Amino acid sequence: METFFWIDKLVLVLLLFLISLGIAAYQTYFERKLAGWIQDRVGPDRAGKFGILQPIADGVKMFMKEDFTPANADKWLFILGPGIAMFTSLITSSIIPWGTDLQLFGRSISLQVAEINIGILFAFGIISIGVYGIMIGGWASNNKYSLFGAIRASSQMISYELAMGISAITIIMISGSLDLRAIVESQHGMNWNIFYQPVAFVVFFICALAETNRAPFDLPECENELIGGYHTEYSSMKLGLFLFSEYVAMFVSSALMAILFFGGYNFPGMDYLKDSPNLLSLISVMVFFAKIFVFIFVFMWIRWTIPRFRFDQLMHLGWKVLIPIALVNMLITGFVVALYEHWF
Amino acid sequence: MTFMEKLYIPAIIKGMLVTFRHILKRRKTIKYPEETREFAPVYRGMHVLKRDEQGRENCTACGLCAVACPAEAITMTSAERTKEQKDLYREEKYASMYEINMLRCIFCGLCEEACPKEAIFLTDRLVPTQFERGEFIYGKDKLVESKEHRIDITKRQFTGKRSTI
Repeated sequence: METFFWIDKLVLVLLLFLISLGIAAYQTYFERKLAGWIQDRVGPDRAGKFGILQPIADGVKMFMKEDFTPANADKWLFILGPGIAMFTSLITSSIIPWGTDLQLFGRSISLQVAEINIGILFAFGIISIGVYGIMIGGWASNNKYSLFGAIRASSQMISYELAMGISAITIIMISGSLDLRAIVESQHGMNWNIFYQPVAFVVFFICALAETNRAPFDLPECENELIGGYHTEYSSMKLGLFLFSEYVAMFVSSALMAILFFGGYNFPGMDYLKDSPNLLSLISVMVFFAKIFVFIFVFMWIRWTIPRFRFDQLMHLGWKVLIPIALVNMLITGFVVALYEHWF
Repeated sequence: MTFMEKLYIPAIIKGMLVTFRHILKRRKTIKYPEETREFAPVYRGMHVLKRDEQGRENCTACGLCAVACPAEAITMTSAERTKEQKDLYREEKYASMYEINMLRCIFCGLCEEACPKEAIFLTDRLVPTQFERGEFIYGKDKLVESKEHRIDITKRQFTGKRSTI
């Protein structure tokens, strides 16, 4: 039993690692394609049919480039920066329940690597460590532009983490658990949290954009004023790791949003499949991925529509708009939950 | 701003609908090496040195094109035709070397304008890209049309700029 348990988990970890990297790679391709379509172009179409091999070509290019470290950079921190960024964005996927249990070889296999009962706290903790990768990378480069990027990343982080946390608290209130699987199971079928908490969702979504450094909040990298921001001095696969971690983070935060607000792997009519758990499991995984892809599409769609915020506008939005909205929303939710539970 | 405008979200959604419509639009991109766009009849592209009906080179190396060239892209040396070369060159004098630097050329068409012998024409062909600068200096091997594959310049000749004779 114990050995089977470890084998299951190891296989799952390996699969998740490959899937997250593969999806991140093809996100870069799709991002460029979508950018092209939105701008009435065709996007990359030279490598393979429809340019389907473009991510591989990009990866090979990244590896072949010269790995350059600036003379006055802090060598260890310079390497640590992209490492932390990549590590934190990959590790979050371990707590995500990807689907209902599989029934294989007479055993029930859970599609979740770490079934910890404080999943959501873990996720927020890890996500906020993610900014350290950017900060350390930007600081260690010994470059003014990189430092500016790092400073922007950290101040952006403190102004958005709060609103994000508060809007997640409202979800915890109505589902009554910090466990991600419990949160998903409380939204069984079509009973999704988005119908109860649309305001919290909007706040959470905006914060997720800021959290993953996506446009319109991509101030830390800001190509035109900071020439790349925190990764100005990076080259080769270290730069690749930074860019990659952004896409993995996008994938993971899409998954988190799908779990918290759109019912995770739940889909309407899943009770009809109770008798065939494997089919149910397969479909639930597919449904979950479909939701994630919709979010990724919206992320990219926003990126190619809205121009970047100015820094004071970003701070204004974070502190003076989102946090009050999230707080009021949390108070109202608390009141309604208390009424529902007959506390008065 | 009114309250609705301050919310920004309606405006953002409006903008996103605009970009979404562009996703569904037909793309006008011409994928160059596979398909080429249609050129105007008087398009000024790569030069050709014409031969006459009997396959003799028209150019007599008078140097008027080089003088007319504002970019100073044309160089040539002339030589006298011998008796054996009578079916190679139309006039007694011919260009033994004729070079156009395609990186200098601005494709203004003044060489064609200046030519008294109807020898040089700009065509609708494009100058292909190269990796080395030296490869852009086109000699007679690339400029003179071959006897079998004549380059069609009738569109240019009938634009009323010069008489057809």
